[in-house]
Amino acid sequence: MSEQNLSNHFAIETRNLNLFYGNFRAVKDVNLQIVPRKITAIIGPSGCGKSTVLRSFNRMNDFVPGFHMEGEILFHGKNLYAPDVDPVQVRQYIGMVFQKPNPFPKSIYENVAWGARINGYKGNMDELVEGALRAAALWDEVKDNLKKSGLSLSGGQQQRLCIARALAVKPEIILMDEPCSALDPIATLKIEDLMRELSENYTIIIVTHNMQQAARASDYTAFFTMDEDRAGVMVEYGETSQIFTNPRDKRTEDYITGRFG
Amino acid sequence: MEVSLRHLKRPEESALDVSRRLQKRPRWGEGFIQAFLFFCGAVSILTTIGIVYELGKEALLFFQMPGVTLLEFFTKTEWQPTVGRFGVLPLVSATLVTTVIAMMVAVPFGLGAAIYLSEYASEKARKVLKPALEVLAGIPTVVYGYFALTTVTPFLRIFFGDAINIYNMLSAGLTMGIMIIPLVASVSEDALHSVPNALREGAYAMGATRLETSLQVVVPAALSGIIAGFILGFSRAIGETMIVAIAAGAGPNFTFNPLKAAETMTGYIARISGGDVAYDTPDYNSIFAIGLLLFGISLVLNIISRRISARLREVYE
Repeated sequence: MSEQNLSNHFAIETRNLNLFYGNFRAVKDVNLQIVPRKITAIIGPSGCGKSTVLRSFNRMNDFVPGFHMEGEILFHGKNLYAPDVDPVQVRQYIGMVFQKPNPFPKSIYENVAWGARINGYKGNMDELVEGALRAAALWDEVKDNLKKSGLSLSGGQQQRLCIARALAVKPEIILMDEPCSALDPIATLKIEDLMRELSENYTIIIVTHNMQQAARASDYTAFFTMDEDRAGVMVEYGETSQIFTNPRDKRTEDYITGRFG
Repeated sequence: MEVSLRHLKRPEESALDVSRRLQKRPRWGEGFIQAFLFFCGAVSILTTIGIVYELGKEALLFFQMPGVTLLEFFTKTEWQPTVGRFGVLPLVSATLVTTVIAMMVAVPFGLGAAIYLSEYASEKARKVLKPALEVLAGIPTVVYGYFALTTVTPFLRIFFGDAINIYNMLSAGLTMGIMIIPLVASVSEDALHSVPNALREGAYAMGATRLETSLQVVVPAALSGIIAGFILGFSRAIGETMIVAIAAGAGPNFTFNPLKAAETMTGYIARISGGDVAYDTPDYNSIFAIGLLLFGISLVLNIISRRISARLREVYE
């Protein structure tokens, strides 16, 4: 990847990132620079640590017993793992959408309003909810049923509700951990279109198993695999078109052509 | 590989062989086990039916006695069967007061313990604390009864002085509440624990603190199960006998003042059935009527509890 393609300010930058579960090193020496307001896909075979890397960006791994990290994850020049950083505050800047839609067992309205409320939002809640639902391309489908349970929606709608919920907190970055793996192809395409729209205002990092999805929907792609001691390593990172048409590493080529993984 | 595959191949069979193999065959063991399992289930149902029948039969004797009417039973505030006063309300009020006091202890502490165990405690702390809490449930209620009388009441006297009777509903209620904490905590903890982790992650990922996640996402999601736990605790408190018999008082008293002595429905049944009251006297027969009333109250609470538990399954997934 040529340096001039990247702006000077990265949305997130990792420096010699090593992630551990107990004594097991799950991720080894990752140096990754995420470009703001672009979609970055992380691909790779199962167990290569891509989700672990993603979840380290908003400190979700803090809940895993035995997890610890070495190196730095820089966000606006600040190491997110510095001892004086509050993980709760980190997650207000860096939102997340999960593999399986996980709306709260509350009304559609409350699903969106809750996060804003706990973060001290004082403005017009109706407007915020409508704005978030519109931004998540869900408003027209639910505007007459805002009081209905979030769980009454279809899987694809639930996932867009989860995106709306994340947007209502006004994050800078949205992490997506295989957000379409539980969805049918039509719902998947809707989410991909939505990602494209959202990338005008947000930085999106998506972990996906689906190589077509990475090729279709992302601007940059990072390919991870496992090395000999089963630690995840980043093999190659660059513009998506380059990774998929002209990979530099043999392992990347094998993976994207389906010979491995 | 090819060798093992050849061994796995089903040998050629004629159509006749196949149809013979497909023939239905008797399975006597299966039938026997089914009958035995049905019997196991039937035992408890038959026992319940037997109890209701017996209670109903004896209670009928009570209500057929001269001077006893249903109206008086449910509306009058004096209970002295020996002298022909048959208003059950003093016993009901004492049961209500002790039960409400118990729930005021058991609900906050039980739920608090459950939230701590499910949402806050490390795996290590859980492994120590849960069994410890369950030990509390294993203490015989007679021990709790004397604990109420010899420890809790003197303690309460420090605050209330002579305003509090030696036998009083407050002491019995508080102790009963302590006894029920493990039950409420255990059922609530199960409900909280069964909330999928995905919901917690979703909340945390939005910048929620642990407290916000616990109280505003996990507890509401588990609410039906938690309420079922409360109702279970409630019916346990209503039916509790030994503590109130020892510490609450041994004479019917229509009062809602928890500092006074008063006898509960269960306390009354225990006193009469333990004493030397003659068969077919109003006192003797009345305990069946009261037993039936208790049974009715518990039954209603259990039905409500089941309804709520059933709704739990629809809340998420």
